[in-house]
Amino acid sequence: MIEVRHLSKHFGATVAVDDVSFNVSRGEVLGFLGPNGAGKSTTMRVLTGYIPPTSGSAHVAGLDLRSDSLSVRRRIGYLPESAPLYGDMEVIDFLRFIASVRGIPAGETTDRIGRMVRRCGLEKVIGRPIHHLSKGYRQRVGLAQAMIHDPDLLVLDEPTTGLDPNQIIEIRELIRELGREKTVILSTHILPEVEATCGRVLIINDGKIVASGTPGELAQGEGKETVHLSVRAPSREAVEEKLGTGELVEKVSWKGNGGEGIHRFVITGPSGKGLGEALFHAAVESGWTISELRPERANLEDVFHRLTRRDGP
Amino acid sequence: MSNIKAITAKEFRSYFDSPVAYIYITFFLVLSSWLFLRGFFLIGQASMRGFFGLLPWLLLFFVPAVTMRLWAEEKKLGTIELLMTLPIRDHEAVIGKFLASFLFLTLTLVLSVSIPLMIALVGDPDPGPIIGGYIGAVLLGAAYLSIGLFVSSLTENQIIAFIIGVVATFALFIVGEEFVVYSAPHALVPVLKFIGMGAHFDSIGRGVVDSRDVIYYLSVIGFFLYLNVRSLESRSWK
Repeated sequence: MIEVRHLSKHFGATVAVDDVSFNVSRGEVLGFLGPNGAGKSTTMRVLTGYIPPTSGSAHVAGLDLRSDSLSVRRRIGYLPESAPLYGDMEVIDFLRFIASVRGIPAGETTDRIGRMVRRCGLEKVIGRPIHHLSKGYRQRVGLAQAMIHDPDLLVLDEPTTGLDPNQIIEIRELIRELGREKTVILSTHILPEVEATCGRVLIINDGKIVASGTPGELAQGEGKETVHLSVRAPSREAVEEKLGTGELVEKVSWKGNGGEGIHRFVITGPSGKGLGEALFHAAVESGWTISELRPERANLEDVFHRLTRRDGP
Repeated sequence: MSNIKAITAKEFRSYFDSPVAYIYITFFLVLSSWLFLRGFFLIGQASMRGFFGLLPWLLLFFVPAVTMRLWAEEKKLGTIELLMTLPIRDHEAVIGKFLASFLFLTLTLVLSVSIPLMIALVGDPDPGPIIGGYIGAVLLGAAYLSIGLFVSSLTENQIIAFIIGVVATFALFIVGEEFVVYSAPHALVPVLKFIGMGAHFDSIGRGVVDSRDVIYYLSVIGFFLYLNVRSLESRSWK
């Protein structure tokens, strides 16, 4: 669906995007993750045809971004960062304008707009000027605008910034739903968002791709797995002794007494080797009752922090 | 073509989405009528010469006020990113916006038709110069619009767009006037006289619609709309 090869974008002496290459296949939800100013928005602006790249090439659905800019733009729905919209216009007029520029036949316009209004929950605000709307509604108008022509590719620049937690969940659900049939690229600097919505992640820092993979793969890249274990056992020492001899266990730390003979531990070991299972068998062998055995959720935050930390001053 | 229509319709409507349009129109009509009528009854001639003499100076301030918003606001609010990622060619956006401002100007001029109607009631004016004057005003106004629109694309500040718009149109208007030409080198005199917008307006205002004057205005419009398209493309250099 998208093929980006050695894409660079310079603004004078500043390098915003530096030799970036990646592919996105149809039906994939790809997340651009990176700190502010990492080059996520610039990459999106290049892909949507707003600014041309300094060097390198990008193809969307086999069409070259430079020579077929107009055809590419027809296939893309774009929600720019912070959803800039024509504030003086009423929601319905704005959507009509977009529909007519998007080449939707006049006969279908009302139908299409109706569908978008329902899908994005805009029924209540349809006749209001956009500048009177809350941030959440503006964002949804922006999404409706991006989807009105049923594009194959949606590019969403920070679609959930400024929304309240309920709205964030709604938008994420919408994105997941869209991802089933369409290709979606979204950018964010919020980590749980990536885990919640994206099938694949590119971590971008200083204009370069520093890591890519599924959220799970990236988190496991650290090579460690952590499991929380609570058992009813005769004594703390007995457990520590037994687990300490297990070949997968690297470190056992006692986290306290859960009362009534229950001891709580945090155990770390190499990831992907079945640490949890080994602990279960160890407990069964020793006749302890397990009250909790929980692998810690893979921590993307650490990966992100390690990859995007700026060295030096 | 349909893109141009959609943009023109949107921009024209957006004038009326806020009270600005009504304020502009009222201001223009009140000021032009008052300035004109003050002298009209003193001179006692059934002609609009005074009106068309004032018009270039009124339009000098009116037109940049009409165009200052068109690009500057898009840049300020970031909606230009939305607009330029729609499947619209740059020149379609420019022409659409120009036509919207042109319709607005034409509407304002049409509303001032109460003045010739009033003159026709109290006297017996010669229709030639009046019709010529209006044709000249539309052409002159359209040339001003193209300059104002171009200037608006250079900044994201509407006030700056307005002031530079006034200065630029003023410069182009005055450059052919006698007192500028007088101090210019001899070789440049015919060039300056041709470039100056005022002289072309005066000749049409006498009721003589000369193709040279019409072509002059159309080339000014074409030139500045072209510059406007180029300045949009320049977002790529940044």
